[in-house]
Amino acid sequence: MAGHSQRWLVPYGDLSPARQLLLVWLSFLLPIAAWSVVSYVPFVWHPQVRITDPGGVSYFTKDSLVERKTFDLENAKMAAAGQPAAIGHPANPVFLPAPHEVAVAFHRGFTTPPRRTGEKWLHESLWQSVQIIAWGFAISSILGVPLGILCGTFPFFSKLTEPFVDFTRYMPAPAFGALAVAILGIYDPPKIAIIVVGTFFQQVLVIANTVRKLDPALVEAAQTLGANRREILFRVIVPGTMVDLYNDMRILLGWAWTYLIVAEYIGASSGITFFINQQAKYRIYDNVFAAIIMIGIMGFVTDRVLAVIGRQIFPWQKTAKPGLLRSLALARQRRRQEALPA
Amino acid sequence: MSTLQLPSYREQSPAVAERFAKLKARPVILDVQNLTKIFHAHTTLDRISLQVHRRELMCVVGPSGCGKSTFIRIVAGLETLTSGAVLVDGRPVNGPGSDRGMVFQGYTLFPWLTVKRNVMFGLQLGGQSSTMAESEARQWIELVGLGKFEESYPHELSGGMKQRVAIARALANKPRILLMDEPYGALDPTTRGRMQSYLMQIWRQVDVTILFVTHDLDEAVLLSDRILVLGTNPSQILELIEVPVPRPRSVEQMLTPEFLATKHRIEELIHGPGEAEPATLPRIRLTMAGDDVE
Repeated sequence: MAGHSQRWLVPYGDLSPARQLLLVWLSFLLPIAAWSVVSYVPFVWHPQVRITDPGGVSYFTKDSLVERKTFDLENAKMAAAGQPAAIGHPANPVFLPAPHEVAVAFHRGFTTPPRRTGEKWLHESLWQSVQIIAWGFAISSILGVPLGILCGTFPFFSKLTEPFVDFTRYMPAPAFGALAVAILGIYDPPKIAIIVVGTFFQQVLVIANTVRKLDPALVEAAQTLGANRREILFRVIVPGTMVDLYNDMRILLGWAWTYLIVAEYIGASSGITFFINQQAKYRIYDNVFAAIIMIGIMGFVTDRVLAVIGRQIFPWQKTAKPGLLRSLALARQRRRQEALPA
Repeated sequence: MSTLQLPSYREQSPAVAERFAKLKARPVILDVQNLTKIFHAHTTLDRISLQVHRRELMCVVGPSGCGKSTFIRIVAGLETLTSGAVLVDGRPVNGPGSDRGMVFQGYTLFPWLTVKRNVMFGLQLGGQSSTMAESEARQWIELVGLGKFEESYPHELSGGMKQRVAIARALANKPRILLMDEPYGALDPTTRGRMQSYLMQIWRQVDVTILFVTHDLDEAVLLSDRILVLGTNPSQILELIEVPVPRPRSVEQMLTPEFLATKHRIEELIHGPGEAEPATLPRIRLTMAGDDVE
């Protein structure tokens, strides 16, 4: 038994908390390690040469990057002509900065002003993107969540709307870009519209499906307790599917982020996408990486925070640790028990 | 079984006979008249007629597929009937309602509500203020012996405890009849036995009529005043048995002649006369010679 439990690979098995923590760290450390190997070990990849001394080669300049083949060819020519050879060290292309360079850029991105006046700082660009997402997701949810719940509850609404929704969701949201600009102008509204279009149709179907998965016996139990249609909807179906709906919303919010980049290309490019494009134009790829990683961090942190909040506000889940309100309720019950005569 | 000399299940001691006379003098709570249910061109229930009196505990048994679950669901109003009528307190059943509480086989406590809130659910739907509902819910929770768990969520309770809360939740609405659809089917035998004695205690203390579907014949004989035995193809009433076992009942009575005779009679009705011989399997040997178990 002991030997069995110490195995790392057990189908549907459990891992000790220590092992889980180790693997969580490894899941981030391994890609960073691979990136570091490619960046710092000279004989891994490094297809170019960074010139430290151009020697006799007329068109090489100090600190420029040349293909290794060109470098060897020119040095062979120099050797034949008896001229001093160019000197350089292996380097990666400019679009693959090393981890420490990105780390520096990450810090610099928030501390250095934009190159041109009128351009936005990194944090301003991010804030603009966050606003687009928030508006798009909010508008989509205000319409999509109630409609999804109605579709999941009443076959009437399901048959009335779902076939059309199903049809529309196959149309890629970016396809509506030109239309959105024509109707809503070039600034934020068309971008928000793209996120709404991209999220809404999926949202209705996902939420309707979740609502349909509620155990029908709970609805029957409520009926035998005297619940009418409205009470079934608001006191059984809504609370009964709340946890799953909350988790659906977390996943849908992730999808909204994927529509963001497309949305920001539409009309006047803005937000984090504009920042990334500008940095790429200036060939500051450190900043490009920093911005992309920033999006990842924001999405990931948002999701984790929502997961923690979810455990607090839904104390009836098996996995939930008692939150603040729950602990108070349990303490109150204990006090009452102690107050009772034995 | 065949060597055992059993009295007729129809023989009732004077005390039991008197009890039945008293029972039948009570008003009729559930009146089923020629109930027929046809489902997908298949007659699930065929002309069922019976009356359940106030404070009676009736079990419904029968082979699987005899429609006993359909029957109780029709009484609950969760399924429609094809013809005939079901009257509760003289009023025809037309959809589910709080006058007919139900306890299901699956656990149907609302997972997002604490034990107390689950029991309060029906009371608040009935228009009670939350303070009133709370104090009343507490009494019902005490009645099923779960006072310590009123702030617990259903996932923190065992299967038997969940069903006790479900019973409290149904009884809190003061239903005219409590419908129980194999409520202990998913419980282990020990818990099931304990639940049966809980139910009998509760039933003694509360003014409630109970209709109880089960496939466990011991359970049926132990709990019932009368047992409705349904057959299959067609699903008609085979017999409405008056259980001659005196009350108060306890597990010790399960070996008394009246108990065994009643159980034997139900088995006969369900499986046909005589012991049903198990089909003989073809003799194929897959063991080594000399390795016999018998």
